[in-house]
Amino acid sequence: MQLMLQQFPIVVHALNVGFLQTLKLFLVTGLGAIPLGLVIAFGSMSRFKPLSLFTRLVVWIVRGTPLMIQLLIIYYFPGMVLGHNVWGSGETGRFLASAIAFIFNYACYFSEIYRGGIQSVPVGQQEAGLVLGMTKGQIFYKVTLLQVIKRIVPPMSNEIITLVKDTALARIIALQEIIWAGQSFLKGSHGIAGALWPLFFTAVYYLIFNGIVTVALGRLEKRLDYFR
Amino acid sequence: MAILEVKDIRKSFGKTQVLRDISFSLERGQVVSIIGSSGSGKTTLLRCLNFLERPDGGSIAVNGETLFDAADPATQREAEIRRKRLHFGLVFQSFNLFPQYTALENVTLAGKLLAREDPDYKARKKELFGRIEAEARQLLGQMGLSDRMDNYPHQLSGGQQQRVAIARALALRPDILCFDEPTSALDPELTQEVLRVIRQLAQRQTTMIIVTHEMAFARDVSSHVIFMDGGVVVESGDPEQVIGAPTQERTRRFLDSYNQN
Ligand SMILES: Nc1ncnc2c1ncn2[C@@H]1O[C@H](COP(=O)(O)OP(=O)(O)OP(=O)(O)O)[C@@H](O)[C@H]1O
Ligand SMILES: [Mg+2]
Repeated sequence: MQLMLQQFPIVVHALNVGFLQTLKLFLVTGLGAIPLGLVIAFGSMSRFKPLSLFTRLVVWIVRGTPLMIQLLIIYYFPGMVLGHNVWGSGETGRFLASAIAFIFNYACYFSEIYRGGIQSVPVGQQEAGLVLGMTKGQIFYKVTLLQVIKRIVPPMSNEIITLVKDTALARIIALQEIIWAGQSFLKGSHGIAGALWPLFFTAVYYLIFNGIVTVALGRLEKRLDYFR
Repeated sequence: MAILEVKDIRKSFGKTQVLRDISFSLERGQVVSIIGSSGSGKTTLLRCLNFLERPDGGSIAVNGETLFDAADPATQREAEIRRKRLHFGLVFQSFNLFPQYTALENVTLAGKLLAREDPDYKARKKELFGRIEAEARQLLGQMGLSDRMDNYPHQLSGGQQQRVAIARALALRPDILCFDEPTSALDPELTQEVLRVIRQLAQRQTTMIIVTHEMAFARDVSSHVIFMDGGVVVESGDPEQVIGAPTQERTRRFLDSYNQN
């Protein structure tokens, strides 16, 4: 116990640094995957059959395989083909590769949620807009979009909470996120070795952060309660 | 000149022919009621007039201008359809109000979007919007909804929602307002309040096409009744004649099925 108290400030500092990277990956993934998911959703709903079939095939593959494998493929496969590591050897390269894998993976999940949301808006809404002389774009932005958002907030919340925890998978390509930081005290780091508790302690970070995310998304859900 | 001239409209879905050479015309200020059993093609006809379906044959002219002619591709350009739709208004059986907007916003939304196409929209925005809102308030007042303007659709009864939908359609000043069974989703009491406002519109010389199962209403509100069956106009003419003394066996059978209930 005494020892843990001595180690505590050092460990917390290292975990904070790791968590910053976790947070960065989370935010970049969110910012990239939320719009990209919409593009993929439109692709999968396209009336141009080859495009919709291709998009759905890609989504099926991405959703049907582990994100961890996707990370490994994106990070190592180009190097195997080209003979050199396109990502560079540093943390920046690992972050870039992680971000691409996460954005693409999550965009595929989001696209399915969007598709469900868009298709659940009754056609009567679109027809009412058409009859009132609105353009397709106006109907989407002024009529459909908010109804879709209202419907997708609950499933999106689930995905986003999963994303917070999934960022830990980037550990597989040695991204220096919080799990990596916690684990480093096992082998030895900052003069501490063989300590398992820092790894356990990372859970507190995830828990608190997910608490904040849950509250924020809950508020958004409430704000859309004014209509049905 | 007729305000609406519909000629030989044909429409099939796959192999089923739903409309077979439907023709009729309508004078300004007239009310036409379309009656007929389920599946006879009434909704499809209204959808063709509102360009929600594209007829396979025939033509539609408003005020002498050919809006659609199946034989003339120049009348079918996608880009012009949106503007052409504005000659017609459509009130749906299921209201289809926009749930995220208040009654007032439902009525003003389309007008405000169309105002953007005004050449000096930027300079006159305030004035245009002011006018659109004033008109919307007036229309909602006329529908008996002065105290409901700021309510969202889910806070309104079905009858109130349908009256908002009528105001929404009227706000764009269509030449011809179409109703597709406007009261079929309502219970009898609410039906009456909606029929009352449609009657008022008829008195104000609003040109209307009303698909309805309310025979008594059709009989006293219309200038003209069309009975459709199997995608054809079986009988049409004066309401007293078509509903009161039909000459066709099919019309009689249809009307009898109403008298039995
Ligand atoms: N989009 C469509 N695809 C295929 N068939 C259709 C479509 N829309 C309508 N139909 C068919 O066309 C026929 C006429 O339908 P319509 O809705 O116009 O009838 P209606 O007279 O309005 O009937 P109701 O009184 O039940 O509303 C029906 O047999 C219907 O099944
Ligand atoms: Mg119908």
